[in-house]
Amino acid sequence: MSDECPHKPSEEKTPSADNGAPPGSHPCCCGGGGGAKKKPMSPERRNFMLKFGMGLNVAAGAMIGIPIIGYLFSAFKKESPQVWISLGAVDQFEVGKIKMATYVNPGAKPWDGKSSDIPCWVRRKSKTEFQIFAINCTHLGCPVRWFEESKLFLCPCHGGAYYENGDHAAGPPPRGLYEYENRIVKNELQVKGGQIPTLSQPV
Amino acid sequence: MNSKLRDIALWFDDRLQISKVWNATAGHHIPKSSASWFYVFGSATMICFMIQVLTGICLALIYQPSAEEAYASLLYLNYEQPLGWLLRGIHYWGSNFMVAIMLMHMTQVFMFGAYKYPRELTWVSGVILCLLTLGMAFTGQVMRWDQDAYWGLGIGVAIMGRVPFIGPELTHMLLGGPIIGGETLSRFFTLHVFVIPGGILALLSLHLRMVLNKGINEYPEVGKPVVKETYVEEYEAQVKKDGTKFFPDAIGKDLVFGGIVIGLVVMCAILFGPKGPEGIPDPTLIDASPRPDWPFMWIFALAALMPPYMETVVLLVGPVIGIGLMIALPFYDNVGEKKWTIRPVSVLVVIMAALSLGTLTWYGVTSPWSPEMEAWSSEPTPSHLLEGRTPLELQGAMVLQYKQCRNCHSLDGIGGKRGPDLTDVADRLTHDQLVRQVVQGGGNMPAYGQNLSPAEIAALVAFMETLHADGRLPAQRATNLQNSDRVPSLEN
Repeated sequence: MSDECPHKPSEEKTPSADNGAPPGSHPCCCGGGGGAKKKPMSPERRNFMLKFGMGLNVAAGAMIGIPIIGYLFSAFKKESPQVWISLGAVDQFEVGKIKMATYVNPGAKPWDGKSSDIPCWVRRKSKTEFQIFAINCTHLGCPVRWFEESKLFLCPCHGGAYYENGDHAAGPPPRGLYEYENRIVKNELQVKGGQIPTLSQPV
Repeated sequence: MNSKLRDIALWFDDRLQISKVWNATAGHHIPKSSASWFYVFGSATMICFMIQVLTGICLALIYQPSAEEAYASLLYLNYEQPLGWLLRGIHYWGSNFMVAIMLMHMTQVFMFGAYKYPRELTWVSGVILCLLTLGMAFTGQVMRWDQDAYWGLGIGVAIMGRVPFIGPELTHMLLGGPIIGGETLSRFFTLHVFVIPGGILALLSLHLRMVLNKGINEYPEVGKPVVKETYVEEYEAQVKKDGTKFFPDAIGKDLVFGGIVIGLVVMCAILFGPKGPEGIPDPTLIDASPRPDWPFMWIFALAALMPPYMETVVLLVGPVIGIGLMIALPFYDNVGEKKWTIRPVSVLVVIMAALSLGTLTWYGVTSPWSPEMEAWSSEPTPSHLLEGRTPLELQGAMVLQYKQCRNCHSLDGIGGKRGPDLTDVADRLTHDQLVRQVVQGGGNMPAYGQNLSPAEIAALVAFMETLHADGRLPAQRATNLQNSDRVPSLEN
């Protein structure tokens, strides 16, 4: 504390001395940083440091901020994550019947547990023709259940009903069931899955 | 000794400036009229939040935010961790109380005109705090990683997926991927534990700071409208003339109510315990009938009752308009009378909001539009509807049971409530109408024409024609009675 006191008067004096003269004209300023140790900093120099410091921090902020935004928005990508996934041998599905099948989410993480098992409804229309419906009701995504006796899919949430071929039968759903693409490769049924279907992206 | 302690206390106070801060905050003067029982809800909401923070930190010591292990860790908390069930219970009931008391606080502030000049920002920060609290309620429901949580997310996805242009990207952002999975739970955990509570703390500070800056609302009186030019002066004069210190003079009621709230939360936790977890979060176990927690039940009900063509607009534009109106409120209703007795519009708004939200919530809880998926196999046909029936009619009773009609239609009030009760259907529909309804469907009923054989339809309709209330005539055609072979004879 005590050794600062002597400099105080000089600090107070400097701004008042600078006030009148245009910046730069003051003899002290020409020397820049190379001047005497205790010389007070000129306003421009202080200004420069402020601007330079702010600029440096904006750059540093971007260095941290851009990777963070990239990390957070990595889920925001457009391309479809759908791939062909085997549902097993064709023979396990009876002609004319509808049966639940499960595929493993191709984007599954090791810590997903049971949540990586994705159910779907498989309808074998004929020996070679299949229809695979998403489990999600097109209204609000609840799991629809198949009732063999009345040949209807019913949704437990708001009572949406669908016919055997996935067409909308009754209730609030705005369209029929979402249908996944399917194909048969070497006597094996494959489904194109990996995406939860919604109205704006119906698989 | 005493003076020595005093010296120590003063030494600390000199460094920490506690008494200065305390006098400027807890000791600030408020109008005497504001020390009212109506003014206790804000502090009680904050007390609930503190309960949530405290119990939440404790639960996080055990809870595993991983899709594979969350369910097991919840069961561990319920059954093995000493007092884990109680802390989960307090956290669950604390959240219920927090939402409920927050709504009371909001209603009171609205009715007392406290949002008017110069407390606009106090209201706006309150609206955002309300949204954040609802955000906590929703993300907290996901923490209870069970069937309801899984399919509740599915509902969120289905709503997000309706957004035009960026729907798919939004769902990916929400879920942390294209399908509900491990990343979804981690995402909601981060929101529930770090992001939203941080936002609440920040806004709560602002909210309280604004109460100190602009003073608590005076108890409104008729004939004392807010006038921008004079309000602050008058308020300050009132506080000077008739003010009292918040601490210790006015805080008593807050403390009493807050204490009661804490007691009620703990009592509910002890009596009713924690909620869930219910079904295992295995998407392939589809015997789920997902229901949201009560703060969102009204949305679930609204989704069932709206005409389909309105749905997307209401679900997506509704919240924007609603929240926009709430935030804009103090700017279009900035001055004037505060007392609710002479503000009929605001009273009406509160009554309308309470009635519609209450009714929708009640409908959501009873959800008469949901089929009862097991009714067809679990509920027997009432025997008095079978006595004395012909073989064909009995066959029809079997069709009615076996073809899942009971999932949507009840007999004797037992079964689904989606469609009308069939116990007296023959009072309402004639033979031809019954056939038409079964074959073609209509209303919310699917057409069964392709799913029933003609013989089954004949038997079903024959049975349903026997279903009418005692002493009432069966339904009959209004035209061409004399030509019809089905004119019921009144003499019989």
